[in-house]
Amino acid sequence: MFRIAGALLFGAALQANAQERFIVMASTTSTEQSGLFAHLLPAFKAASGIDIRVVALGTGQALDAARRGDADVVFVHDQAAEEKFVAEGFGLKRLPVMVNDFVLIGPKADPAGVTGKDIVAALGKLAAQGMPFISRGDKSGTHAAELRYWKMANLDVAAAPPKGYQACGCGMGPAINIAASTNAHVLADRGTWLNFRNRADLAILVEGDSRLFNQYGVMVVNPAKHPHVKVALAQAFADWVVSPAGQASIAGYKIGGEQLFFPNAR
Amino acid sequence: MGGGFADSLRAAWGLVSSFDARLAEIVGLSLGVSASACALAAGFGMAGGAWLAVARFPGHRAVVAVLNTLLALPSVVVGLVVYLLLSRSGPLGSWGILFTPRAMVVAQTILVLPVVAALTRQLIADAWRGNGEQLRSMGAGVLASAALLLLHERLALVTVLLTAFGRAISEVGAVMIVGGNIDGVTRVMTTAIALETSKGDLPLALGLGLVLLGVVGAINGAIAVAQRRQGAHAEAVPR
Amino acid sequence: MSPAPWVELRRAAVHFGALTALTGVDFALWPGDLVALVGANGSGKTTLLRLLHGQLAHDGARSVVRDAQGREPAQAMVFQRPFLLRLSVWHNLMAALWLAGVPRIERAARAAQALERVGLADQRHRPARVLSGGQQQRLALARAWAVRPQVLFLDEPTASLDPGAKREVEQLIAGFAQEGMALVMSTHNLGQAKRLATRVVYLEGGHVIVDRPTAGFFTQPLPDAAAQFLKGELPWSA
Repeated sequence: MFRIAGALLFGAALQANAQERFIVMASTTSTEQSGLFAHLLPAFKAASGIDIRVVALGTGQALDAARRGDADVVFVHDQAAEEKFVAEGFGLKRLPVMVNDFVLIGPKADPAGVTGKDIVAALGKLAAQGMPFISRGDKSGTHAAELRYWKMANLDVAAAPPKGYQACGCGMGPAINIAASTNAHVLADRGTWLNFRNRADLAILVEGDSRLFNQYGVMVVNPAKHPHVKVALAQAFADWVVSPAGQASIAGYKIGGEQLFFPNAR
Repeated sequence: MGGGFADSLRAAWGLVSSFDARLAEIVGLSLGVSASACALAAGFGMAGGAWLAVARFPGHRAVVAVLNTLLALPSVVVGLVVYLLLSRSGPLGSWGILFTPRAMVVAQTILVLPVVAALTRQLIADAWRGNGEQLRSMGAGVLASAALLLLHERLALVTVLLTAFGRAISEVGAVMIVGGNIDGVTRVMTTAIALETSKGDLPLALGLGLVLLGVVGAINGAIAVAQRRQGAHAEAVPR
Repeated sequence: MSPAPWVELRRAAVHFGALTALTGVDFALWPGDLVALVGANGSGKTTLLRLLHGQLAHDGARSVVRDAQGREPAQAMVFQRPFLLRLSVWHNLMAALWLAGVPRIERAARAAQALERVGLADQRHRPARVLSGGQQQRLALARAWAVRPQVLFLDEPTASLDPGAKREVEQLIAGFAQEGMALVMSTHNLGQAKRLATRVVYLEGGHVIVDRPTAGFFTQPLPDAAAQFLKGELPWSA
C-alpha cells in the first residue's frame, strides 16, 4: 500500500516537472554549499518564471558535463578552464559575475605560525615544517587555485608532495571534515567555511591576500555543439545575473551579516 | 560521540514533528523511486530468476555465476554506466531523462535486478530440486513450473522484495550521479544525508538517517502485520 | 484382435552416471493390469516406474501404444509424499487440470467430480498442506484421477500412512482399477500386493527376476532370492 502511495507521489512529481520551464545549470559544490543559490535562484524565478536545476559538481566535472551537453548553462570559478571551454567551442561567451575569496583554515593554535595576509609565505612554511595539509585533489576551481598558490611558492606538489600533504579527491565539505578530525590545514572558500558546522578546533589563519580572490564566470552552452540546449532560457539567466538586478541579489546574500560574494560584472 | 547522537535524535525528532514540507517531499521521492525500481525489478527479476532455476541449457552454470557476481555491483558503477548511457552525448541521450527521477528509477532498477533474480533463482531452485519431478510428471514444462513455483513460494518472495527495496532505498552512489541531487527535483534521503554530511552538519545528517530507518521500519512493520493476519490460516507443521 | 500393451519395454536399461539402476528389462503393461513391483530398497522399483512413465533417458526400447489420432495414453503418477502447492485443495486440482491441458470450461466440473470420487468434497477450500497424510494422498489421487489417465503409476503410495488412511487409499486404488485404469504400483507391503494386484513383479539389483500373476507368485515355487525375500518380508506385512 505504501508502495502505491510512493508510486503516486512519484508520478505526480513527474507530471509537475513536465509542465515547468527549467534549465539545468552545472555549478560547483562550494557555490551550492555557500547557500547562494537558495537566495539567488528564487529571485531569478520571480523575475522570469524560469526554474533553475542546479547540479553541483567539482569545476572540472561541471565543465565536462556541459561538454557532454548535459547542462544548459555553466557557473564555475576557474577562469583558465572557462576560457578553454569557450575556445573549444562548447560555450558561447564567458561573462564575469562575482568574486569571493579563499581562506586558509588550520588549527586555532597555529602550530606552523602562518597567521597573516600572505598565502604564499604561509604555504611555504607549511611545506618546510611538514605540517598536515588536506588538498581537494578533484579538478575543482578551489583545487586549481590551491595548485596556483603552491606554484607561486615554488613547490611542485604533484612531483614532490611535502610531508603531510594529502589529497582526498573530495568536495570542500568533506575536505574540511577531514581537516577537522586530523587537525590539519586546508584551503577553503569563505562561503563553505561560514556555513560549516563541524569546525572542531579549526579557524581562519590567512585571509585578505588579494591573490585569494576567486572569480566566477557564467557561460551558456553552445547550441552549435548541442542543439537541444535551451539557449533562450539559459541566456535569460546569464543576462539577468550580470544585470543590476542580479548583481544586487548577489550582493544581498549574507551569512551572519557578512557579505560573501562581490558582484563585478562589467 | 554520545553528544552527537543526542543531537541527532533531537534533529530527527524536530524534523518529523514539524512536518517539514521539504522533508516530506524528499521522503516521498525516495519511496517513489525505490518502490518503482523494485516493482520493475520484481517483474523481470522474478520471472527471469524462476526461469533460470528450472531451465537447463549449455552454459547454465556460467549464467548463474555471472548473476551471483552482479550481486556485488557497486552502486557508483551502476550510476556511472547509466549516466554515460543517458548523457546527451550518450546513446540514449535523446530520451532526455538525465537529472530527473526517471533516470534514478532506471539506475536503481538495474542495481536491484540482480538481487531479485539471484535470490529468486536460489529459492525456486531449492523448491524445484525436491519437487521438480512431480511437476514434470503432471505435464509442467519450464515456464509452467517456474510460474507455479513462484506462486508456491510467494511468502518467501516478499522477503526477496524487501531485500531489494532495502538495497534500493539505502543506496546513494547511483542516484547521486544520475539524479544530480537537485534541490526539489532529484534530492532523496540518501543524497540529502550525503549533502548535510559534506556541509559538516552531522547531527542533521544522522537525524535524516534515523528518519529514513524509521520510514523503512514502518513499512516492514506494516508488512509483518499483514503477514501475521494471513499466516493465521496458513499451513500447520508440515508432515 | 488382442489389445496392444499400453507401454512396453524391451532390453531397457537405465544408468545414472556410473551406477546402473536397471538392466535387461523386458516388461509389458496390458490394459486391466494392476502390477505390484516388489523388491528391496535400491532394487530399481522406483526407477522402473519412472522409466515406464517416460521420465528417464534409457538404453533399449520403450514403446507406447498410440490411438487413431497418434496420441499417447494419458498417464499420471502418485508419489509417496505428494508435492502439494501452497494453495487450497481446489486450486491444487485446478493447477493439475491446467497443466494437463484440460479446456477451461471443463475444469471446474472435473475438479468437483474428482473431489467427490475421493471423498474430499468438504475440504475443498482448506489449504492443501494442512490436510492429514491420508487426506493429502487422497488429494494426490484426485489430482491424478481428474486428468482421466489410462495408466496410473504409484510409488509406495501408502508407505507413510497410518492403517486407517492406508485402507482408504487402497480402496480408491482398487476402485480405479475397476474403472478400467491400468496401474503399476511399487510397494514394500506384500500383503498389499496380494490384496490388490493382478500381477507381481520382483526386482533385485536392477533386474526383473520374477513376473507372474499374483496367485502364481504366492503359491508356486520361486527362485531362491525371491523366495528368501518373501520369507523375510511376510512376517511384517499388514
